[in-house]
Amino acid sequence: MANAPLVTTELDLSHDEILRYSRHLLMPEVGLAGQRKLKASSVLVIGTGGLGSPVALYLAAAGVGRLGLVDYDRVDFTNLQRQVIHGMGTVGQRKVDSARARLLDLNPDIRVETYDEPFTSENALRLSAPYDLVIDGTDNFPTRYLVNDVCVLTHKPNVYGSIFRFEGQVSVFWADRGPCYRCLFPEPPPPGLVPSCAEGGVFGVLPGTIGTLQATEALKLLLGIGEPLIGKLLLFDALGLSFEELRLKKNPRCRICSAEPEIHELIDYEAFCGVPGHDHEDGHLAREWEVEPAALAAELKAGKAVRLLDVREPHELEISRLPDATLIPLGSLASRLHELDSAEEMVVFCKSGTRSARALELLAGAGFRKVRNLYGGINEWARQVDPKLPRY
Amino acid sequence: MTTIRVPTPLRPYTGGAKEVEVSGENVTQALGDLVQHYPDLKRHLFDDTGALRAYVNVFLNDDDVRTLQGEATPLKPGDRLMIIPSIAGGAPREERPGPSPSATIRPGSVPPRPA
Ligand SMILES: [Zn+2]
Repeated sequence: MANAPLVTTELDLSHDEILRYSRHLLMPEVGLAGQRKLKASSVLVIGTGGLGSPVALYLAAAGVGRLGLVDYDRVDFTNLQRQVIHGMGTVGQRKVDSARARLLDLNPDIRVETYDEPFTSENALRLSAPYDLVIDGTDNFPTRYLVNDVCVLTHKPNVYGSIFRFEGQVSVFWADRGPCYRCLFPEPPPPGLVPSCAEGGVFGVLPGTIGTLQATEALKLLLGIGEPLIGKLLLFDALGLSFEELRLKKNPRCRICSAEPEIHELIDYEAFCGVPGHDHEDGHLAREWEVEPAALAAELKAGKAVRLLDVREPHELEISRLPDATLIPLGSLASRLHELDSAEEMVVFCKSGTRSARALELLAGAGFRKVRNLYGGINEWARQVDPKLPRY
Repeated sequence: MTTIRVPTPLRPYTGGAKEVEVSGENVTQALGDLVQHYPDLKRHLFDDTGALRAYVNVFLNDDDVRTLQGEATPLKPGDRLMIIPSIAGGAPREERPGPSPSATIRPGSVPPRPA
């Protein structure tokens, strides 16, 4: 299939720009006309984290004339392991401001528009309208379905990338020319069945690989060169250093891009996925099935018999541990319930409270009634009770 | 024998195994053999009625089995099945220096949107 360029208008280049882009101009596939097209093109990058960092850096360097950045987060010290657009000097700043400064330092001839807000059903159509193409660099299912649906409804290509630990996925979902994200993933997995990145970890260089592939696809689409990853899912495994390409077809029963779609407008994606897409600042209120680390420490000090159940993975014990805790990783809890006594008072914990909340559901379902979740996990214990423990 | 490639998110339930050899004449039987060996995996692939979950994508060689004969798609020796996971990861948000209530959202419950 001929890859018709997404952008047909061209903007004149200054002498400085001609010099800056000379390595592009030397290649006929880009050339002066292509570079002028890039200058006239615009891309909205959702998320300026692991994937958004290389995407935005390379698109800026390549001379995409207008970049939009959507992110409501601030730069955290632990981001720097992979989010290379940020730096020590911008820890604590808004990510979009940190990224914008870096991009304009790299290329002052482009425009960078920032949106310091979550991408939601309320603003998605407005934010994406002025852009030719959207890059999905988000970290949660509700926003991924939202990005897909916005792109399908407005006929825009969605350059998709996703990562988990050592593995990544890349595709171009463009309903006008091929399948969409919902064709491949009609439904999100139920909450709790797939661990989040924050719990599962991610190899720092992996978003670099996947994000750079997303930038590659975006530039090809804008220029109309090569073969885009439409109707194909590229899988990357960093450990085996292997790529596999799977064929995707349009799902004739797709709820949004089939001939008879059920979805005609944006929906409530958090309800659809059963998880929040964004942090909800509802204050610090431990629920009745949770216990604050300080409160637990007081109970233990008073001599109350409480079984501590650690549901982390064995390698995490090398980082931090609580004395006398029983280790049963979440993945094997269901088959090891017989090792626990439902008559005992129990507090379940993990790194930050997510996996232990799942463990609690499982235990409650199995008839355990005297179980609580350690609020904030061992990291919160380190903050409140034992500062000698490292947080991770 | 058919090789099934187990994606990273599901490897905690296969004792870390990345590829598993299974037997079966079709996709249903091969997956059934897989969960026979790894019972913890079962609820991730099948619902309570025993049907393959809608978010589980199974590819036979390069093709989505839904575009072939679905779970009844026959297998030949040397075929390769891949389970393709839905992964959301990209730029995971870290916990804030202060306590983060979202870290303990109870599965299934959605907190109200802020006004
Ligand atoms: Zn579709």
